Amino acid sequence: MNINEINELAKNIRIDILTMTSNANSGHPGGSLSSADILAVLYGNILKYDSKNPKWEDRDRFILSKAHACPVLYAALAENGYFDTSELLTFRKLNSRLQGHSHIKTPGVEMSGGSLGQGLSFGVGVALSARLDEKNYKTYVLLGDGELNEGQNWEAIMTAKKYELGNLVAIVDKNGIQNDRFTHEVMDLNPLPEKWKSFGWECFEVDGHDTESLIQVFQSVNFENPIPKVIIADTIKGKGVSFMENNPDFHGKAANPEQLKQAIAEINNQ
Amino acid sequence: MDTASTREYAGKKILELGATNPDLCVVGADLNKSTFTNLFAEKYPDRFFDVGIAEQNMVNIAAGLAASGKIPIVSTFAVFGSTRPMDQLRVGVAQSNLNVKVILTHAGLITGEDGISAQSLEDISLFLSLHSFSVLVPSDAYEAQAAVELAVNTPGPFYIRLSRPETPVLNHENIQLQQGGSNVMVNGSNISIFACGYMVYHAIEAAKILKERHGISARVVNIYSLNPIDESIIIKCAKESQFILTAEEHFKYGGLHSLISQIVAQNNPVKVLSVSMNTYAESGTSDELINKYGLNFNSIVEKVLANLS
Repeated sequence: MNINEINELAKNIRIDILTMTSNANSGHPGGSLSSADILAVLYGNILKYDSKNPKWEDRDRFILSKAHACPVLYAALAENGYFDTSELLTFRKLNSRLQGHSHIKTPGVEMSGGSLGQGLSFGVGVALSARLDEKNYKTYVLLGDGELNEGQNWEAIMTAKKYELGNLVAIVDKNGIQNDRFTHEVMDLNPLPEKWKSFGWECFEVDGHDTESLIQVFQSVNFENPIPKVIIADTIKGKGVSFMENNPDFHGKAANPEQLKQAIAEINNQ
Repeated sequence: MDTASTREYAGKKILELGATNPDLCVVGADLNKSTFTNLFAEKYPDRFFDVGIAEQNMVNIAAGLAASGKIPIVSTFAVFGSTRPMDQLRVGVAQSNLNVKVILTHAGLITGEDGISAQSLEDISLFLSLHSFSVLVPSDAYEAQAAVELAVNTPGPFYIRLSRPETPVLNHENIQLQQGGSNVMVNGSNISIFACGYMVYHAIEAAKILKERHGISARVVNIYSLNPIDESIIIKCAKESQFILTAEEHFKYGGLHSLISQIVAQNNPVKVLSVSMNTYAESGTSDELINKYGLNFNSIVEKVLANLS
């Protein structure tokens, strides 16, 4: 996809996120909107996949560790042909494949989540499998910054370094807000790049809403270098909707019908 | 009576299966000498991953391997591989129905001198609560080998419970196990004893004493598969026995006694007695502990005699 198509995809993903959470009257729009440009770039330009053959063995693996942000994943999958966008309106409903936290049985979903801190370890296992099978596929794991409170992440970070997993890319959606409050108030992670670097990872920092920069950073990753990579993406929680941006209230609350109209109008005007 | 180590024989079986199954991997957590997975590690270093003392990480790495077509075994002590990564086992393995084999050693009271933190008396209950896990409790070293073979060759998550000390050899070396299977070790008509793991030995000894000294005919069922479980043998015994007694090296609640009681209550209610743990113990040798806490053939005999009409 070219940059205009990726930006259009990001816009559609945002509208899908807002519509499906509002329709469900629950879900996590804030952390989904902060990841929207990252997923637009990944699914638009970076990942190798076949939406008609979700289990294609050579596909790149995208693992959503912050699985409460599954609306962004469901939207990216639907917008790219894994299933019809109309199915997004079944999100969180009885008999739907689109559960409130993403589950491995849904086409295109690689891992069951919902309990934070597990995705990077899972990604280590997937990346080790690629090596055992002599496959070239890459493993990408999207983490929340609040999620890094979970100690298991740091166990996985050490393990990826030990096994020289150059085929593993962690992405931190650093939106600065977790469930209760701002991350620096709950458990300050700074200086975050230094932490990853001191564990032996190659660290990139990028504006997580600048799609051109995101493409550049993903394309600059040297997979031949046998150390794992982390891309720390500075983002804004609720990005794209004025009353949601940087507002902890919209971590786990959907827009009401009036707010939805305004939010979609704002996205369409960008 | 010959004794042998369930964990050592299981480790040898994992090594053996590594030769014919290139997808078999092992993920360990710095107890690989004790679990005997070091045998596999030495022969197949590319398929062995030691993640250090990090059981949660271990379980999710195994899940990632399984999701990519591998058959990962995770192995550590029962206390560390059950309670600590329970969330990872639940969300990461059970809810995804991934092909992860959890083989935990040093289970039960007979772990001994390391004390109560090391004596796993909750693990059966925990793994039975994970809906999609098959649960196997082998009674001796040969059954431990058969359990490993069954688990590796059967898709889906498995838990296998093994012991620290050597335990009596009860079976022949070519014993085969089946999911939902059981073995009648002693035939009998008055009462039925259901036991798993090390307690099968004590149940057999108790049946001998009951027969020789008291003229009581006790059937002993080695119920090595707890999920799925052989309901037919339980219902048959409930119909044919004055009462049932269960014997397990585990807390009373959530383990074998609970499981058998549920099935009996729903089908053919008879009294179901229990020989099991009801308190945290302490340090001591295996023999001192089983004698003090009544997990032995004497306790089984006494309980049977006290309840016979």
